[in-house]
Amino acid sequence: MVNILIISHSFKIAEGTKELAEEMKQADIDIQIAGGTSGGKLGTDADLIQEKLESMDSEDGIVVLADLGSAVMSFKMVKEWLPELKQKKIKLADAPLVEGAVLGAVEASLGKTLDEVLAAIEKKSIINKNNL
Amino acid sequence: MARKTKELFLKTADVIIENKSYLTELDAAIGDGDHGVNLARGFKKLKEKLETESFESRSELFKLTAMTLISNVGGASGPLYGTAFLNISKVISEYELSLDDLIEVSEEAIAGIQKRGKAEAGEKTMLDTIIPAAESLKNSRANNLDLNTALNNCLKAAAEGMENTVEMQATKGRASYLGERSIGHQDPGATSAYLMIKTFIENFLK
Repeated sequence: MVNILIISHSFKIAEGTKELAEEMKQADIDIQIAGGTSGGKLGTDADLIQEKLESMDSEDGIVVLADLGSAVMSFKMVKEWLPELKQKKIKLADAPLVEGAVLGAVEASLGKTLDEVLAAIEKKSIINKNNL
Repeated sequence: MARKTKELFLKTADVIIENKSYLTELDAAIGDGDHGVNLARGFKKLKEKLETESFESRSELFKLTAMTLISNVGGASGPLYGTAFLNISKVISEYELSLDDLIEVSEEAIAGIQKRGKAEAGEKTMLDTIIPAAESLKNSRANNLDLNTALNNCLKAAAEGMENTVEMQATKGRASYLGERSIGHQDPGATSAYLMIKTFIENFLK
C-alpha cells in the first residue's frame, strides 16, 4: 500500500488534514504528519520530515503533500539525503493539501500504485467547487 | 584558522540576534513576519554549539553552521542559507583566503541558494545582495585590484544590491502573494544576507 506524509507550516492544519483523510481510508494505510516547528510555532521542521521519511514504509511508495515555501523546500532537501532507491519511491504531489490528502487516502487504500495515486490527485478537477 | 572562523560565526550570530526585530519588521511588511525570529533562533542554537564544542577545520565549522540552520530556523531561510553554507564547507580552503577563494565561495553560495529557491537576480530575494557582491569580486579580479580594495567594493555592491530590492516586485516566496504591493519595501532576506556579508568582510579586513 502507498502511504501518505502531510507536511504543513501549521501543526493544526496537518493534524486536521490527517483526521479528514483517515476518515475516508478503505484499508489500513499509514498517514503521517510533519506540522509546524519543533518549538510548536508555524514553520517547518526539516529534522522531523527526515525522521518521518526514514521511518515510514516506502516499499510501495510514499505520496507527500505539502503546503507552502519552506515545507516544499525542506522536503526536497531532506529527500536528497536519502538512499537513491528510497528517493525514487517518494513523490511530492502537485495537489492541494486537503483535497490531495483525502482523495489520496481513498486511492492509496484501494491498493492503487504510487503513480496511480499521484495521477488521481494531480487532476485539475480536484479543486472544482462550483460543479459538485 | 578554525579559531578565527569560529569567532567570525560567533560575531555573525550576535549581529543576526541584535537585528532580530529589524528583520522581523521588514518581513512583517511583505511576508509572514518571522524572518528575524527564525534566523535568530538558528543562530542562537549555533552559538550554543560553538561555545561548547571544539573544531579542527573551517570546513567543519561551515558544515555545523549549515546543519544547525537547517534544523532550527523553521522558515525557508533555513534550507537556503543552510545549503549555501553546506556548499561552502565542501570547497573552503583551510589556508589564508585569496580573492580566487572568495569568488569560489560566493559562487558555491549562490549555486546552493538557487538549487533550493530557484530564484534569479531581480526577484527581490537574498540573491539580490549576494549576486552583485559576487560580481563585484569578479570585477576586482579582472581589474587586478588588491584584496582589501576588492572587499571594500564587494561590501558596497552588497549594500547597493540590498537597497535595490526596495523597488523590486517579489516573484518568489511569501512576498510574491502581495504582487505589486511588495514594491516599496526592502527585502528581509536581502537584508540578512547583507548583514552576514558585512560581518564576514569587516572581520576579514580587521
